[in-house]
Amino acid sequence: MTDNTADTPAGPVLAADGRPLKASLNRALRAQKIRALLLIAPLLLFILITFILPIADMLFRSVENQIVRETLPRTVAAMEEWENHDEAPGEDVYAGLYIDLFEAAEFRRHTRVGSRLNYEMTGISSLFRQAGRGVGRFDTDIYTDQFTDLDAAWADYATWTGLMGDSAIRAALPETAASFDTWVRITIEANDDDPAEENIEDFVYFSLYRDLAGSGYSGSNALLSAAADAVGGFDSISIRDQFEDLDEDWLNPELMETIWVYSPSYTPGYFLTAIDMQLSADGITAQPEDRQIYVTLFGRTLFMSLVIMGSCVLLGYPIAFLLANLPMRVSNILMILVLLPFWTSLLVRTSAWKVLLQQQGVINDILVWVGLVADDSRLQLINNQTGTIIAMTHILLPFMILPLYSVMQTIPPSYVRAAKSLGATDWTAFWRVYFPQSIPGIGAGCILVFILAIGYYITPELVGGRTGTFISNRIAYHISSSLNWGLAAALGSILLGVVLILYWIYDRIVGIDNVKLG
Amino acid sequence: MSSLPPYASTGQKIWFYSFRVICGLIFFFLIAPIITIIPLSFNAEDFFTFTPGMLALDPDAYGLDHYRDFFTNPDWQQPLWNSVRIAPMATLLSVAFGTLAAIGLSQSHVPFKGAIMAILISPMIVPLIISAAGMYFFYSRIGLQGTYLGVVLAHAALGIPFVIITVTATLVGFDKSLTRASASLGADPVTTFFKVQMPLILPGVISGGLFAFITSFDEVVVVLFVGSAGQKTLPWQMFIGLREQISPTILAVATILVVISIALLTTVELLRRRSERLRGMSPG
Repeated sequence: MTDNTADTPAGPVLAADGRPLKASLNRALRAQKIRALLLIAPLLLFILITFILPIADMLFRSVENQIVRETLPRTVAAMEEWENHDEAPGEDVYAGLYIDLFEAAEFRRHTRVGSRLNYEMTGISSLFRQAGRGVGRFDTDIYTDQFTDLDAAWADYATWTGLMGDSAIRAALPETAASFDTWVRITIEANDDDPAEENIEDFVYFSLYRDLAGSGYSGSNALLSAAADAVGGFDSISIRDQFEDLDEDWLNPELMETIWVYSPSYTPGYFLTAIDMQLSADGITAQPEDRQIYVTLFGRTLFMSLVIMGSCVLLGYPIAFLLANLPMRVSNILMILVLLPFWTSLLVRTSAWKVLLQQQGVINDILVWVGLVADDSRLQLINNQTGTIIAMTHILLPFMILPLYSVMQTIPPSYVRAAKSLGATDWTAFWRVYFPQSIPGIGAGCILVFILAIGYYITPELVGGRTGTFISNRIAYHISSSLNWGLAAALGSILLGVVLILYWIYDRIVGIDNVKLG
Repeated sequence: MSSLPPYASTGQKIWFYSFRVICGLIFFFLIAPIITIIPLSFNAEDFFTFTPGMLALDPDAYGLDHYRDFFTNPDWQQPLWNSVRIAPMATLLSVAFGTLAAIGLSQSHVPFKGAIMAILISPMIVPLIISAAGMYFFYSRIGLQGTYLGVVLAHAALGIPFVIITVTATLVGFDKSLTRASASLGADPVTTFFKVQMPLILPGVISGGLFAFITSFDEVVVVLFVGSAGQKTLPWQMFIGLREQISPTILAVATILVVISIALLTTVELLRRRSERLRGMSPG
């Protein structure tokens, strides 16, 4: 806008202070912009922290899956070597699993990873819980006994700290070093004990045996060299068999496959579950029939929202038409009948319906009294889809009437009169002249009602029973009851996506600035 | 439409009256549920329907038992007190931040206005269950879940779009030459704001505040997740009452809330009229 002013052939136009006018105006404009932004900044920051970050957190949780990798790091690392996925993996994986589970059990984290994996394969949760108790009783104490029989120094904490302080030895015995560190951490953090006063756990000796038996020891430490020479003659056990004794399912390749498939830090698994698919060894496949519930639920949510939207149009259109065509004085009074429900607490309206629709409620009483229904066959109006649709139509009706009314108010009555004077019947005048002009109002009202309906939680929860619930009820269930937060987040993200698309359409049709309240 | 012309045919007459009857039924559908619960709340017995005594207008069939229960039972008084503590604080935050930002947004040159507006309005668009889920996850990360502050912040965020919308709507009709005139007469920006701008946009600010208040006062989904038992609000208690053991006290609470909404509705309507009158007076 300042370009033209400076575009004179006699050189730049100067402002009073001698600067070019263009620069001066730009400076003023910049100051204005900064002032506006400074006024907005506190609120923007507030909304970002209290609202946008939580939404972002939810989106993040829908793909986040660090728990498996964090809780079972050794298992996951060992699984890299697992080639034939039709068979259970080898000893290394189970050795890693043993130590991982031991550590997790001490920190009481094994149940959490168990329930995480249970979402993908039923039964894992109880296996993990059982293993949390079982791993401490594995027969790995034979290694402890054999090492301490070989040299009593192996039972001393001082021996171990001496060995583990040497970086060359640590490099030669990687598994042992990691296990010893884990044991120290468990003793201090989980049990609040002093490692110097505790017996070193069997799994450390187990790791030592694996290191020495696997790659030997070629360093100069006498104690270790002696042990390395002796391990060849040690009795050994298969840790895989130990797991098999605990529960045969541990050797089920499918179980191990589930751990492997859900080991990456980020997973599309929750989203796939949300659309009744699953991640498996053969890539993405459909869930078994009996676990396919979400697509049906999304479908039902959409269908019921559409029905509610349709009922709102049917009931709202005549009311808006009447209000827009009555004299201002009368319509203002009737408007109160629309605004009062709009302003009344949602809980009040839901409780009203809950009371009215009961089998012993007012509506059934009236129907029985009138004689439409026999006293012993009162209608089931609540805790099903009917209840949800009736209550939500009532609750959302003002959101349909208000935009319709504001559009209809702008339609000049002279158009209909002109049509009639040209010979149109009442119906033709309405259908060909009035109705097309009211379509923007229908569009605005429909999208508004649909957006609101699709994410409704309270009313379906209270009057919907089992068949009249929406996807939001499932989200709430996963947050507070089943604690499958990842799936709740994935379902929420899908719902959010749908709403944002609808909202974008609404913005294109109506414009957000035209939202009016009351 | 408003009245039937004398030359109307029989068919037109029938349609005219049947249309009115249909509209009357729809109005009845809108208002009846709310009206019905008012007499039911005075039921002397623990029934959710009209007892024969009530229908016979027997004074003994009516009673204030449910109201007495509401005002004496700690199960209801604690939530009421929590609601009274949370809603005004949330409203205050929404109004303070919202008004400031609305003034910023109504300046003539605001960079990224569309994007900023979209962000500020978003709490109104995102379904409550999603806001609740996100806030629950995030607030438990930062230790706000289950605290008074957490609920207040969450409710303030939900109320902000209403303040923004009503205040910007009021500012559209605001004559900027008034602030310039004030400045030319020697007033500093703060004085100008409080003496000139504020009185003129006050109706918008108050009705935005009322919307924010009712949003918080009525809100149940977010507080259900972000709050803990210590922040149990009135709607929360009603929600539990409706889901588990439904007690007729709910009807008394509902009636009180209806009276409050009528009061609020009247206030907003009066403010809107005043604002229109003021705008009509200001030049431009």
